[in-house]
Amino acid sequence: MAKKFLYLNRKAPYGTVYALESLEVVLIAAAFEQEVSLAFLDDGVYQIAKGQTPKAVGMKNFSPTYNALGDYGITKLYVERESLVERGLTEDDLMPIVYEDEDDDYTEKPSVQVISRTEMAKIMAEQDVTFSF
Amino acid sequence: MKYTIMVNEGPYQHQSSDSALQFVRAALEKGHEIFRVFFYHDGVNNGTRLAVPPKDDRMLQKEWSELAEKHGLDLVICIAAAQRRGLMDASEAKRQGLNADNIASGFRISGLGQLIDGGIESDRTIVFGD
Repeated sequence: MAKKFLYLNRKAPYGTVYALESLEVVLIAAAFEQEVSLAFLDDGVYQIAKGQTPKAVGMKNFSPTYNALGDYGITKLYVERESLVERGLTEDDLMPIVYEDEDDDYTEKPSVQVISRTEMAKIMAEQDVTFSF
Repeated sequence: MKYTIMVNEGPYQHQSSDSALQFVRAALEKGHEIFRVFFYHDGVNNGTRLAVPPKDDRMLQKEWSELAEKHGLDLVICIAAAQRRGLMDASEAKRQGLNADNIASGFRISGLGQLIDGGIESDRTIVFGD
């Protein structure tokens, strides 16, 4: 039986390598046919912010990869509302990441779900395996 | 219980390697099984054989190697993280055309699939990081 895997992303996309290497784990994990979700909280919400231009500081912009997650069957990206609010961000500041629902004539649907801290705690509690980055 | 352990920080700069080592020892003493220890991020630096800490300090890399030998632990270093940070075993060094390797005994280099596999196969997966 498939296990529920949650990848918790808590750190900003640049400044440390955690976000990039977390994404590398997620892409590998997709091949294992487990139930994969991602969560973005604390500074981790910046990982899926629009308009990333890190080239000036010599970093590769890896944010387009999040748009490809749907093709890997990863369609649940939870974002904690409180983390957005604490940083003066709204859902409009996030990339419009979508997936094609194969059970619904390949209609494009949003992968990002903004949820409350309480709901996030509930989702964490439901997991079999949680990796925190 | 069967555990997979993930170590995400290098030795000395962070305590997570110490904590993981202590957890693994305690779990083994209580009769639990350590299915795998997976080293990721700077955690791969726990697997160098070239560390020479001061004599009055603990020797983390050596302690991992000794524990692995004593209990037959599977210590896996992520290849992608290792390549970024210059951790090499003999065959990888050869493949990359490099003239040295530095992996400590008891460690092996493999892919991220080993981490996911550990999560699937174990009752609990514990991350030691920051």
